[in-house]
Amino acid sequence: MLCDHCGEHEAVIHLTQIVNNQMSTFHLCEKCAAEKGLEPGVSVGNFPLTDFLAQMGKGLAAERGGAATACPYCGLRLEDFRQTGRMGCPQCYVTFESELRSLLRRLHGGTQHVGKVYLPPDPTEADRQQRLAGLRRKLDKAVQSEDFERAAQLRDQIRALEAAL
Amino acid sequence: MEDLVTLPDFGLGWLDASGPHADVVLSTRVRLARNLQGRAFGSRAREGEREQILAQVREAASRAESLRGGVALELGALSRLSRKILLERRLVSRELAGEDGGGRPPAGAALFVGQQESVSVMVNEEDHLRLQSMLSGLRLQEAYRLVDRLDEELGQTLPFAYHPEFGYLTICPTNVGTGLRASVLIHLPGLVLTKEIGKVLQGLNQVGLTFRGLYGEGSDVIGNFFQISNQTTLGKSEEDLVDHLYKIVRQVIQYEMQARSVLMRDAPTVIEDKIWRAYGLLRYARSLSFEEVMNLLSGLRLGASMKLLPGLSVYTLNKIMIYMQAAHLEQAAGRPLTEAECDVYRAAYVRRILATEGHVDADAPPEAGQR
Repeated sequence: MLCDHCGEHEAVIHLTQIVNNQMSTFHLCEKCAAEKGLEPGVSVGNFPLTDFLAQMGKGLAAERGGAATACPYCGLRLEDFRQTGRMGCPQCYVTFESELRSLLRRLHGGTQHVGKVYLPPDPTEADRQQRLAGLRRKLDKAVQSEDFERAAQLRDQIRALEAAL
Repeated sequence: MEDLVTLPDFGLGWLDASGPHADVVLSTRVRLARNLQGRAFGSRAREGEREQILAQVREAASRAESLRGGVALELGALSRLSRKILLERRLVSRELAGEDGGGRPPAGAALFVGQQESVSVMVNEEDHLRLQSMLSGLRLQEAYRLVDRLDEELGQTLPFAYHPEFGYLTICPTNVGTGLRASVLIHLPGLVLTKEIGKVLQGLNQVGLTFRGLYGEGSDVIGNFFQISNQTTLGKSEEDLVDHLYKIVRQVIQYEMQARSVLMRDAPTVIEDKIWRAYGLLRYARSLSFEEVMNLLSGLRLGASMKLLPGLSVYTLNKIMIYMQAAHLEQAAGRPLTEAECDVYRAAYVRRILATEGHVDADAPPEAGQR
């Protein structure tokens, strides 16, 4: 198995991290692990993520046989992302959706957002329903954890939305 | 516009030490990263796009209840000194203040501050918007409620970039999902003195949290202050992220208190001597560097927290921490200061504050029940 970081040397250090109850494993060669100040038994959490990200972009570009794809809105290529660790625009997340999934899994332990459901300024019926479901989920949680001030705030948001439906 | 920045307490509501555990937790901050649909990020923005973003935000901000009666500051229109003052008050980042770009703030950089000053919005920082709330002490849930309300208000008019799977989209994938970064600024001298801090910090990494120094990413740990925050932003709800941090911080406070008890049990004279030496130096020294004051203040904060320095309030210590910084001293002096002059002004400021509101009777017995 090759190193996740440089993609050149044999991975000899295997780190397992559990974040949000999701397990992810990093495989690093001796040199890259040393560069990151990692020794067996030390947590992987504290080296600059952007660094790691940028390197991972490199691996992804290679898999696709070059970094030819560019974001139609802003022109960002994976190559650019590799250098900066920064996306170019919201559309990039759609353009590079499949590549991003593996990246986000490593970074966050998953890819599915379970937080707040955004209601755009001109919502469709479906937007409203999704938002309502999200708010009700949050309300249940707030009541369960006896956070009554938060529950009151959520109830107001639900009521306002129901009135608009 | 310029004057507002120099109002004595502008943006410093969190300084008053009114929150729970304020002697240990200086402040709580919750930040939400938001971006506008159809607009490029950061350096990929087209000619004039950043100014258009600012115009959009300005329009939305004028309708947001949380920002009513507040202040809007365009960073480019402020003097460098005023921008540094905002930075020292932690209302803007280094990037927005222009300190990362050789003193020039990024195009369209702006700061909106609510009247209560506990919520604010940075515009055209790395992300198009960074909403934040800052409160005294450990008040994570409340800070989240405040910033969530602001997010609701702005989201009614602004088309935020949102993806059904990935959530709120951000320039850096480390922030995607909730876009939420909750952090507490915590003072842990007991754990540092007992050398238990390494274990605690390592433990934080294992539960998905991370720590930084006083001034955020990449900054050194100074004065035994640590910023603890969530590391991941995707796959958990905002409330879960905030609750998790809250529970862990409560535990860290407990460890800190245990460490302090051990110190007072095993080496009370050493600790008292450390605290009083710090007080003596701050009270009488004629030249003090920033780092030196931070380290000495750490001793005083420990003393005040353990009631070993009767009459010294945490508010006074918070105030010294902010007003003894370089830009604040220059502002008070009314002229630019060399580093050496700055150290002299700093010592004079600290002496004056301790003489007027930090007088401690050195021979009074410690308050009942503390020894």
